[in-house]
Amino acid sequence: MSSEPGNLALTAPVPPEVVLACRGVTKVFGDHAVLRGVDLDVGQHKAVVLIGASGSGKSTLLRCVNLLETVSDGTIHLDGVDITDPRVDAVAVRRRIGTVFQAYNLFPHLSVLDNVMLAPRVVHKVPAAEARERAMNLLGRVGLADKAAAYPDRLSGGQAQRTAIARALAYQPRLLLLDEITSALDPELVGEVLALVREVKAQGMTILMATHEMGFAREVADTVCFLDGGVVVESGPPAQVLANPTEARTRRFLERFISR
Amino acid sequence: MNLRGGAAPIEMPAGVLVSTAVAVPPLSELELDRRRYRRGRAQRSALVAVISTSLFAIVAVAAVVNAPGWERFRQAFLDLNVASSSFSFILGGLWLNLRLLAVTEVVVLIVALFVASLRTLRSPVLFPFRAMATAYVDFFRGLPLIILLYLVGFGLPSLRLSFVPTDPTILGGIALVLCYGAYVAEVFRSGIDGVHPSQRNAAASLGLSPLQTMRLVVLPQAVRRVLPPLLNDFVALQKDVGLVSLLGAVDAIRSAQIINAETYNYTPYLVAGLMFIALAVPSGRLADYVGARARRREQAGSVV
Repeated sequence: MSSEPGNLALTAPVPPEVVLACRGVTKVFGDHAVLRGVDLDVGQHKAVVLIGASGSGKSTLLRCVNLLETVSDGTIHLDGVDITDPRVDAVAVRRRIGTVFQAYNLFPHLSVLDNVMLAPRVVHKVPAAEARERAMNLLGRVGLADKAAAYPDRLSGGQAQRTAIARALAYQPRLLLLDEITSALDPELVGEVLALVREVKAQGMTILMATHEMGFAREVADTVCFLDGGVVVESGPPAQVLANPTEARTRRFLERFISR
Repeated sequence: MNLRGGAAPIEMPAGVLVSTAVAVPPLSELELDRRRYRRGRAQRSALVAVISTSLFAIVAVAAVVNAPGWERFRQAFLDLNVASSSFSFILGGLWLNLRLLAVTEVVVLIVALFVASLRTLRSPVLFPFRAMATAYVDFFRGLPLIILLYLVGFGLPSLRLSFVPTDPTILGGIALVLCYGAYVAEVFRSGIDGVHPSQRNAAASLGLSPLQTMRLVVLPQAVRRVLPPLLNDFVALQKDVGLVSLLGAVDAIRSAQIINAETYNYTPYLVAGLMFIALAVPSGRLADYVGARARRREQAGSVV
């Protein structure tokens, strides 16, 4: 970003660095194609929100990005490196991606603090004292400092999901994947989790998120992608996609969604 | 708290918010009647159970005592003099069983964990190991323990290899480890398979390697889950350590056999048997307790 001050008004805005680039991503299970060629970019510090009906492939796309699924075709680039290349070390790729699941997937045999400390300790070899201090800081930020010693079965859904977010942030990932993280929560607990995501976004995290929370998408997303039939039907700023969709399919989905 | 009589309503000054702890309302005549009825039924069933159990015991004892051979049975199996004179000798033999048990339990755990881990690792590179582990389980789970004991106890030393031990206790221990290692490996494997795939996904997403995932996420949960069936297998092992007597090791059963050969009386076997039962009772209660605790934990509806 070294444009000279004099040129500032003349140059087009520097395109934000692309962290994640999907090109023609396809995923076939048996004879059922869930993804049929998804193109999608996530710029640095941006939040891209995937919307679409259940079964439209949102979760499958996220699972392809952190290599829990192998793509059937197409490429996914993370920081310019093709991570769908079979020669790429999947474990090393996942170390740079944080994932939060719908069902939290906390480790029930570990305390909240140990859940958060696990990856920094054993994957990133952070010394115990430092890892503990950083994990406690993080738990303070997500409002769970007093739950550090508790086990996951003692947490409410909202607390569990905030712990899962802290766990995913603990090793400062390059990209955060959020897979319908509020879908399993009671309505009154959704707010506390979304507030946390809002804060994480404000601090510059790059986010790819699947959600059914249209209000939240409108507020936080830089780009909204509507997935249907395994392709991105429409994408753009939330004001355009959510309020003024050009595609008939997007309109139908949103109407159905709002009328519910 | 008085459940039966009408609880006096608590005086509340006007304007004070009543807390959620509401006084228990007095029971209605209908509910009191229902409780009387249930109490009556419970007492009647208890009475019926006591009568039928005693009747059964009386009939069983009468049948045994009036059996034509009862006198001979009593002399051969229930001789108190032989029992008291053989007790300490058999107890000395039991000490060998206990030591063997302690060692085999530890070795069985290690072997079983290793085999179970091999059987559940998915990497294609490890296929030969996986196949070997499967063959091991199939072979030693299918082979009758007594044949295995003879093969290891008499067959192995007959090879006259310098590194093969000749002590029947050690040989018997090896046979027991081979057999129980296969059983316990399957117990562990069911526990490993029972850990939900979402846990592996979460661990992989954090960047844990497959080995770290197994060691830090899957195994701790698997072991907790299989503790009750594991203890059940150990209760079984506890009595099967007595089978080393077949190879000539002087344990509790062999000691009983020695006295039997001297006195032509079978009471020592009964003494040894009672000792094994006495050992199994605390282990059985421990297994019950651990199982009940695991059920409670599962039914607590944990957020996993």
